[in-house]
Amino acid sequence: MEKNKVNIDQNETVIHVDDVSKSFGDLHVLRNVDVRLYKGENLVVLGRSGTGKSVLIKLISGLLSPDTGNVRVLGETVNELDDRELRALRQRIGFSFQNSALYDSMTVRENLEFPLVRNKRNLTRAEIDKEVEEVLEGVGLSQAINQMPSELSGGQRKRIGIARTLILRPDIMLYDEPTAGLDPITCLDINSLINEVQERYNTSSIIITHDLACAKMVGDRMVMLLDGKFERQGTFQEIFDTEDKRVKPFYDYNFIV
Amino acid sequence: MGSKIEKLLIEFARIHRFMVSFLREAVSPPYEFKEIIRQCYEIGWKSFPLISLTGFIVGFVFTKQSRPSLEEFGATSWLPALISIAIVRALAPLVTALIASGKVGSQIGAELSSMNVTEQIDAMEVSGTNPTKFLVSTRIIATTFMIPVLCFYVAGIGLFGGYLSIIGKDDLSMLAFFTQVFESIAAKDIFAMVIRAVVFGFTIGFASSYVGYYSTKGTEGVGKAANSAVVSSMFLVFVEELLIVQLLALIN
Ligand SMILES: Nc1ncnc2c1ncn2[C@@H]1O[C@H](COP(=O)(O)OP(=O)(O)OP(=O)(O)O)[C@@H](O)[C@H]1O
Ligand SMILES: [Mg+2]
Repeated sequence: MEKNKVNIDQNETVIHVDDVSKSFGDLHVLRNVDVRLYKGENLVVLGRSGTGKSVLIKLISGLLSPDTGNVRVLGETVNELDDRELRALRQRIGFSFQNSALYDSMTVRENLEFPLVRNKRNLTRAEIDKEVEEVLEGVGLSQAINQMPSELSGGQRKRIGIARTLILRPDIMLYDEPTAGLDPITCLDINSLINEVQERYNTSSIIITHDLACAKMVGDRMVMLLDGKFERQGTFQEIFDTEDKRVKPFYDYNFIV
Repeated sequence: MGSKIEKLLIEFARIHRFMVSFLREAVSPPYEFKEIIRQCYEIGWKSFPLISLTGFIVGFVFTKQSRPSLEEFGATSWLPALISIAIVRALAPLVTALIASGKVGSQIGAELSSMNVTEQIDAMEVSGTNPTKFLVSTRIIATTFMIPVLCFYVAGIGLFGGYLSIIGKDDLSMLAFFTQVFESIAAKDIFAMVIRAVVFGFTIGFASSYVGYYSTKGTEGVGKAANSAVVSSMFLVFVEELLIVQLLALIN
């Protein structure tokens, strides 16, 4: 399943994680990490559990701040922004959480409306409804609009979570394990959705995944987090063309065993 | 030992920060009127049945138990005065605060901590909504407003319970009863009751939100947060009651 060619501008960096380190107590999660995301690109981040992939995107969205180094997003240094500037920047970043993080006291409709109503206060009721229906149709779940999150399956929740982040039409999307725990057909749907978002809105995305089929399908470029650093970068072939014992099992597990 | 003190100091610093950010978000626009009203409704509605029952029983039982002592002096006609003072000065705010600590405090603690555990608070934050403003301020404002309202209600229903207890033995018209009640309570008693209720309401909202918001991750964190929301609210309410009593004695 080959990816369509997309327009990537290597001269325009939308995210630059610049020499960033992050520890929790004695646990050094990221050590002088340096990685860039270019305009219009899908960057896949690979790495074992607990290596700090989620921490990386939390640094990018300002949920955590780096111990040293800088995180630059769309020309702004995240760790230097005040509340108001950070809020403005966050509206341009979509964050799809590993566990969906749907608001479980609200219906699907209210979940989707929430970012819209809160950030664009001059929209009319009709405009809001239209946006909600459109984005819900995009993830193929129009029928779920009045359900509560607790009534949905894991895969449906994930799609609603992605829909909720797409509704603000972000310039950057951060997907934390979008296909984890889903059946192959839903995985394919989600991968297509990720590519569609990239093609249609020229969104730049970071996709964290353990699923190499997903990585292959959506990624323009890949980086692998090993011992707190991005030691390997490149295309799918380049990453796995190695006998490194920390890398090879990823491939073997996904495609051979 | 040293690390215990350090932990305590860190905790105090965090409480202080939480307070400052609450105050900042509570006074700065845009105001979350809709959410505040929703919270008020939740708080009032959720605790309404329990508070009605408890208020009534407290008034009824207190009156029944007080009767023998007054009977000894042939002073049962003072019952309405006695119970109205007891209810307005002490029982109504305390009963309301304790019931609300259990009912509302545990609710807020569990709700916020489960939102924290499942990253809903993070999700809110990255979608450009300040969670302190939307989740915390609204709850604290709602409890600060609703506990006094419920307190008036408890006082009313407690007095009614007292009245029912009295007419089980004596002949007394409702009008005569309430005339006596209003003659014996002064404006400053009502004022003190409102102050107490406001302080208790704020305390319950603040303490429960704090433990919920900073709960440890994991499902057990939710149970722990609900539990310690109740315990710390009740504990603080008693400590404050003690301080307020001393303070009022000083002022009088
Ligand atoms: N807020 C935090 N406080 C303390 N430690 C944390 C915090 N967030 C993450 N960690 C630790 O940092 C390490 C990396 O966590 P992270 O969630 O980024 O892993 P991950 O690469 O996303 O793993 P997975 O693939 O399982 O999601 C873990 O050991 C975790 O315990
Ligand atoms: Mg993760």
